[in-house]
Amino acid sequence: MIEIKNLTKTFNTAGGSVEALKNISLTIEDGDIYGIIGMSGAGKSTLVRSINMLERPTEGKIIIDGRDMGSLSESELRKERQNITMIFQGFNLLMQRNCLKNVCFPLELAGVKKSEAEKRAKELLELVGLGEKLKAYPAQLSGGQQQRVAIARALATHPKILLCDEATSALDPQTTQSILSLIRDIHDRLGITVIVITHQMSVVEQICTKVAILDNGSVAEVGAVSDVFSAPKSKAARALVYPDGFEQSAVSSENESVIRVVFNGANATKTPLIAKMAIEKGITASILSASTKSIGDKAYGNMLLGITGGKEQLDSALKYLREIPDIFAQEVTDNE
Amino acid sequence: MSDFFASESFIKAMDILKTEFPLAIWETVYVTVLSTFFAIIIGLPLGVLLVAGEDGKIIKIPKSVLHVLNVIINLLRSVPFLILMIMVFPLTRLIVGTVVGTPATIVPLVIAAFPFVARLIEGSLREINPNIIETAQSMGASPVQIIVKVMLPESVPSLISNATIAITTILGYSAMSGIIGGGGLGKIAINYGYYRYQYLVMFFAVVFLILLVQIFQSIGTYLSVKCDKRLKNRK
Ligand SMILES: Nc1ncnc2c1ncn2[C@@H]1O[C@H](COP(=O)(O)OP(=O)(O)OP(=O)(O)O)[C@@H](O)[C@H]1O
Ligand SMILES: [Mg+2]
Repeated sequence: MIEIKNLTKTFNTAGGSVEALKNISLTIEDGDIYGIIGMSGAGKSTLVRSINMLERPTEGKIIIDGRDMGSLSESELRKERQNITMIFQGFNLLMQRNCLKNVCFPLELAGVKKSEAEKRAKELLELVGLGEKLKAYPAQLSGGQQQRVAIARALATHPKILLCDEATSALDPQTTQSILSLIRDIHDRLGITVIVITHQMSVVEQICTKVAILDNGSVAEVGAVSDVFSAPKSKAARALVYPDGFEQSAVSSENESVIRVVFNGANATKTPLIAKMAIEKGITASILSASTKSIGDKAYGNMLLGITGGKEQLDSALKYLREIPDIFAQEVTDNE
Repeated sequence: MSDFFASESFIKAMDILKTEFPLAIWETVYVTVLSTFFAIIIGLPLGVLLVAGEDGKIIKIPKSVLHVLNVIINLLRSVPFLILMIMVFPLTRLIVGTVVGTPATIVPLVIAAFPFVARLIEGSLREINPNIIETAQSMGASPVQIIVKVMLPESVPSLISNATIAITTILGYSAMSGIIGGGGLGKIAINYGYYRYQYLVMFFAVVFLILLVQIFQSIGTYLSVKCDKRLKNRK
């Protein structure tokens, strides 16, 4: 269990002090896939880097399985870091080492015998689907492949916690999907706790069970993903759910409900979704806001649909949408 | 033209070329290589210290130590080589026992070159993506492991190309040491060209110096490119 208690971080820079984190308290249970989402500059990286003490808190504590991380000596901390590994937006592989040697690196640091390290590295590279690329150098790999190597490397020391700082932000939507399902798969198989830092809602929706929304250094909202995104309470959460600044209350009327539809690579371009829904189910939906894009014949992004006709229509629309693979649909309710 | 090849000065120059050049080339090469070697031995740890010690990021050393180190390096780099050579006579005498002769020039060459080498190495190490160092820290790497397993191996191509700059510069300095009693091609060029007006001999010496620079540079470039795993079109 990771307990973040009243964490505050202030950076003193030439231009004055920046309060990157303000009194943050969160509890992350073992085996969670925990999303931390927020706009750029919200303090996400600072928060995740505090967990393994890459950033020393100005105030507050990080307690992992009962151990106060701030009280560890340098060498105890180094040992502990083998249990809390990290992947990054920029992959950060050693460019002069091949894949196998990159994965061996943390094992070398831990003093594992070379033959044993190589055996484990091979297994891990196979696990991430790169069994063929042992001898390839990072420069010869695509971004997605490099991130897979980084994931294999992060798993080498049998960590209990995997921290992902914008791990998919440098990747295209399709590769993002494959990396996310790899992370999910690893979580399910190894049972490790995963913390996912991102600015993309779709990432959280796809793999996280719980989410904390970070806004300007403070936690704006915490909860189960489905609760937070279907009934956003805070301003920051609403800004994420309504990306175009669409304010639901301004449009919705008595008998109009709003559904958020998320496309995670659905085969949607060949099948005009809304038209089909109208023809097959007799449901008329209006598009209130959309930010989707098609890559190949797959759609990514999200859309807000307004459905008139009361609860019955709403339920059948939700049912219809949820039957389509790679589509995620949810009613959004107004809290105000 | 045939007159020229039969001329006395040409025959004399050819004679010197055959008798004195082989030894002179050898002296120049070994003085250069040894001096570069020692300059790297001293300059490498200093360069590492300059980068790893900055703001206590990797190794924690007092700011004042770094400051003093920077001042010493800058001071040594601002003294012209010819003057430096004379200034370090006492040290040379202490180490080699004499201030003339080829081995004696190694001392001033190393003193002149190590600060320069330290700066070159500092430059190489600064090119490393800081995120990679932080990643190693996040995996529990100790300061020594960061230096030995990350910083140095990751900058090998750049270190090699900077070592090439160092060796070619030291080659130039070693030729200059001919003025105060050093051996090698520089001595021949000065003795025959400057003191005895045998320009042809000087010309030959210069040609060999150019050739040596070319050879060192080609080997350096080749190794640097060959070592660099960042290049995509590798075989
Ligand atoms: N080392 C530092 N020195 C000074 N200020 C910093 C430092 N690191 C972060 N900050 C400041 O702290 C705030 C939060 O930064 P942080 O990198 O945690 O944001 P983020 O949520 O990860 O943003 P992004 O999505 O752009 O990565 C920013 O205002 C940033 O300028
Ligand atoms: Mg960040």
